[in-house]
Amino acid sequence: MSTPEQEAVGRTATMSDAMVEAVAHEMRADEEVFYMGEDVADYGGIFDSTTGLLDEFGRDRVMDVPISETAYLGAAVGAAQAGMRPIAELMFVDFFGVAMDQIYNQMAKNTYMSGTSVSVPMVLTTAVGGTYNDAAQHSQTLYGTFAHLPGMKVVVPSTAYDAKGLMHNAIRDDDPVVYMFHKRLMGIGWMPAPDGPKTPVPEEDYTIPFGRADVKREGDDVTVVTLGLHVHRALEAAETLADDGIDAEVIDLRTLKPLDRETVLESVRKTGRLVVVDEDYRSYGVTGEIVSSVAESDLDALEAVERVAVPDVPIPYSRPMEDAVIPGAEDVAEAVRSVGE
Amino acid sequence: MVTARLYEERLQKEYMEGKRPGFDISAGDIPGELHLAAGQEAAAVGVCHHLRDDDTVTAPHRPHHVAIAKGVDLKRMTAEIFGRETGLCHGKGGHMHLFDPDVNFACSGIIAEGCPPAVGAGMAAKKRNSDGVAVAYLGEGAIDQGGFLESLNMASVHDLPVVFVIEDNDWAISMPKERVTRPDDGSKRADGFDMHGVRVDSDDARAIYEAGGEAVARARDGNGPTVLEVQVHRRMGHFMGDPQTYRPEEDQQRAEDRDSIERLAADMRGFGIDDQELEEIRDRAANRVDEAVTWAKQQPLPEPEAAHDHVFTNPPSGVTSEEPEFSDAGAAAGGDD
Repeated sequence: MSTPEQEAVGRTATMSDAMVEAVAHEMRADEEVFYMGEDVADYGGIFDSTTGLLDEFGRDRVMDVPISETAYLGAAVGAAQAGMRPIAELMFVDFFGVAMDQIYNQMAKNTYMSGTSVSVPMVLTTAVGGTYNDAAQHSQTLYGTFAHLPGMKVVVPSTAYDAKGLMHNAIRDDDPVVYMFHKRLMGIGWMPAPDGPKTPVPEEDYTIPFGRADVKREGDDVTVVTLGLHVHRALEAAETLADDGIDAEVIDLRTLKPLDRETVLESVRKTGRLVVVDEDYRSYGVTGEIVSSVAESDLDALEAVERVAVPDVPIPYSRPMEDAVIPGAEDVAEAVRSVGE
Repeated sequence: MVTARLYEERLQKEYMEGKRPGFDISAGDIPGELHLAAGQEAAAVGVCHHLRDDDTVTAPHRPHHVAIAKGVDLKRMTAEIFGRETGLCHGKGGHMHLFDPDVNFACSGIIAEGCPPAVGAGMAAKKRNSDGVAVAYLGEGAIDQGGFLESLNMASVHDLPVVFVIEDNDWAISMPKERVTRPDDGSKRADGFDMHGVRVDSDDARAIYEAGGEAVARARDGNGPTVLEVQVHRRMGHFMGDPQTYRPEEDQQRAEDRDSIERLAADMRGFGIDDQELEEIRDRAANRVDEAVTWAKQQPLPEPEAAHDHVFTNPPSGVTSEEPEFSDAGAAAGGDD
């Protein structure tokens, strides 16, 4: 999973450690950066997104807030417009419903509506994803929902290395950034992560640019485009497929907005076969966007296409049903085989 | 009350089966998160005992005690919590999303979002000239949420038969009330909406029963909504597996010491009920819980393909697959002349 440059670093970290390290660095460097959310102070974030920050920075800069998402996400918008650099955490992305106006009508639109006389340099962090049977109101990713609405940059890291570099970039960016971290990748004690997300992470600060996908595995036969948890499921599938002589290329989008269409297109021109995988609803989402942007740019390059996503049903609670709707490595492998035929 | 307490203690044990060593939330017989209500029974029983099956109750993510007090089918509820096909919701909903229309009970995992539907149930009762009542349960952390505040105004301005029951267990996960909410007494939210507000701060089933009776009667008699805040205690973590490192030991101890069940038992002894009778109550409750859990665990899991069912009542396209045909098609289509 890691490049030779990353390997040279030696030290490894979990995705949560890497995120927190970037936030702490930025808070040390700039007093205008602060973090607020539910259970981010003493608890350290339900999904370990703020571990240890309260001890170093105190309650003024690591703020527990009332269960009032409209008020505190909107307050982040206001503080950002006043020139501060707030990071506001929405505990589960599924809770966006109670505060969506502040997110998509205020945070996302004020820059444009003001003709950039106003900017909103904030980060909205939020936990996404299923795989632990938390049912329909706590398991969604909603990647497509946020990426669909103009005016916010949308970031989805899949490794500790990417998580840190993308967080530095998110905090320094002058626009609102939605930073979606997958619970299953964080390295939380009670939700064991797969092996992949824990990677070497440099101690110093570094930024990963938005709009640049990362080829996590090179291959010549089929292009698999994905993000978040499914980067790891796709890599697992690629290993299985390699045993059968199928060489899959796995592209991690890393940011949904801006979207790196060029890297995807280049890969499809090489392989001719495209499988898009995500953990969001199938219709009107990321998978459709990737397929249509390739088709639009170079229809002739495309010999075969498959989409692997959550069917258009809410996420069910019971384990056999949740397993059926969230794509597994075997579903990815099957799709790759089917486009290879 | 005893059934609800024993139920939560049993679920705690069942939930941990298969999740150890350590704690893996995605393993074991009971899927997902589990929020248990041990220590909050008085709030459920004290109000729900004034309700009929046709009255509506909405509960939040910590719903079992309220469901039991409202008379939800314990076997099918337990099967749902175990994710079984014969559960209340065929394994679709789970412990935070239980629906039992037979007794008009529902719950939601999103904070305060049961309040607006309770207002709607009250509205339906009023429009139909029935004397039905709706009760919305929420935690003290939820009183800062727009869904609650907007509901108060709507219930008040339309004089709806709704009771908002705030279960104050002092903690919004790790956040103590004094750090995130003002005022300390949540029932004062009612003042701003010109409606009745009452707080019972003794975690005493009899006092809650009395205050609950007044609030429900007010609603049933057409005299408008009430905010009733009751002090309860969270004896367990926010969710099973919560390390509770944020919680002072004295606070945990206080929750265990101020046990509303023990308090009620003491009162009952004062009324001449002897230990043997109290023991019988406990045995009956234990048997009921055991029967429900045993039955639930024998139930089949749903088939994976069942995930695709139930998105709509009328799948796939609505009530008809035919387009209407009109004799004067031109006029129907708005054609010229």
